[in-house]
Amino acid sequence: MNSMLAIRYDTPQSVGEAVRLMAADPDARVLAGGTDLLVQFRAGVRRPSAFVDVKRIPELMSITIDREGLRLGAATAAADIVEHADLRRLWPGLAEAVRLIGSTQIQGRGSVGGNLCNASPAADTTCALIVNRAGCVIAGPNGERTVPVEQFCIAPGRTVLERGELLVALRVPHPAARTSDAYLRLIPRSEMDIAVVCAAVSVALDAKGVCTGACVAIGAVAPTALLVPEAAKALVGSSLDDASLKRAARAASMAARPIGDKRGTAEYRRTVAGVLTRRAAAIAAERAKGPQKN
Amino acid sequence: MTKLHIETTINREPAEFLCDPHETLLSALRNGLGLTGTKEGCATGDCGACSILLDGRLVPACLVLAPEAQGRTVTTIEGLSSGDALHPLQRKFLEHAALQCGVCTPGFIVAAKALLDAKPNPSEEETRYWLAGNLCRCTGYDKIIRAVLDAASEMKEAAV
Repeated sequence: MNSMLAIRYDTPQSVGEAVRLMAADPDARVLAGGTDLLVQFRAGVRRPSAFVDVKRIPELMSITIDREGLRLGAATAAADIVEHADLRRLWPGLAEAVRLIGSTQIQGRGSVGGNLCNASPAADTTCALIVNRAGCVIAGPNGERTVPVEQFCIAPGRTVLERGELLVALRVPHPAARTSDAYLRLIPRSEMDIAVVCAAVSVALDAKGVCTGACVAIGAVAPTALLVPEAAKALVGSSLDDASLKRAARAASMAARPIGDKRGTAEYRRTVAGVLTRRAAAIAAERAKGPQKN
Repeated sequence: MTKLHIETTINREPAEFLCDPHETLLSALRNGLGLTGTKEGCATGDCGACSILLDGRLVPACLVLAPEAQGRTVTTIEGLSSGDALHPLQRKFLEHAALQCGVCTPGFIVAAKALLDAKPNPSEEETRYWLAGNLCRCTGYDKIIRAVLDAASEMKEAAV
């Protein structure tokens, strides 16, 4: 690293202080786990004027489950999330998506908020947050606003965050009775890789096992993760039999608009988007049938 | 430019150092404090050679800024032995010849310590997954896994 760079390191103690720092300097960057930012900085891709380390702000570093649901501080490390037993029990698909980010070492640093703000179309947590109807709590100079997570990323590397704004937390409502989720990704090896395609599904069942609600999201098949209402529609009203799972798979494949690159051709990605959707729906359904969690 | 003065705890001892705001903790440990046991491999968080514990949590020191250590607790490979007595993991790595060039070894041992702190009796599969972020181009990994599992069973017996 160039030692001549005049870069500041700030440690705001409150959200208000962080917003003031970010608003005063358009080239300042929020530092959470640093697993993307510091790599980009070293590669010369980003030249921030300041690192605004938000990890001393309690609201960004906590996990609480209250009557409204989950509140996940944006800079909370993945390791803290996957160790949280109640979170794992209530949102197993979200927990398994977080668990897949990088190595044990990266898990000690990387955060869900950072994963989202980096805005990779292949980010592991985005699809799982989408199917759990997460809201992004954003603080800025004009106060706080909440954006549905499927609207947060607008292009690879770009989010809705405006000057002076920072992601504070994710809010996830409680799952209803007999509701669960699952996340799957395809990578060519068993660990430590970027999704070629990924899919998350949440399903709600009635007492007879009929699907009363569903949500499907697919990733790495478009510039941002996609919410696929047509796939959800194929599941609702069914008993999640093979025929309806296949219809959902077809809808997911149709919605995918991937590029072809070294990690997979467009055609392969389209097919796999369907396969993962079908499999994740079946896993979510099994979990939803399981012992009551609430 | 102005250096930052950082006060921290390293290997159970109070420590202080000066650093640039954008310097990595890895650089501060090696160049500022002379703790060269922690190695730089890829410098992008992919290889695990620079594994340390920050407040007990396993992290890559190349992706931590040095000033982040202010008021925290840092454990490096130098902090594992007690005086001249090697940590059981260090001894088992020697007994099993679980190293060749040795550049990855401090990272493996610190990562394995974090595993045994969290899970004193890990299965082979758990051990392999936990250490998936530590790369070794010499050993083929098998001796490393055997050394960790052997250390775990020795430490468990000693604890009884």
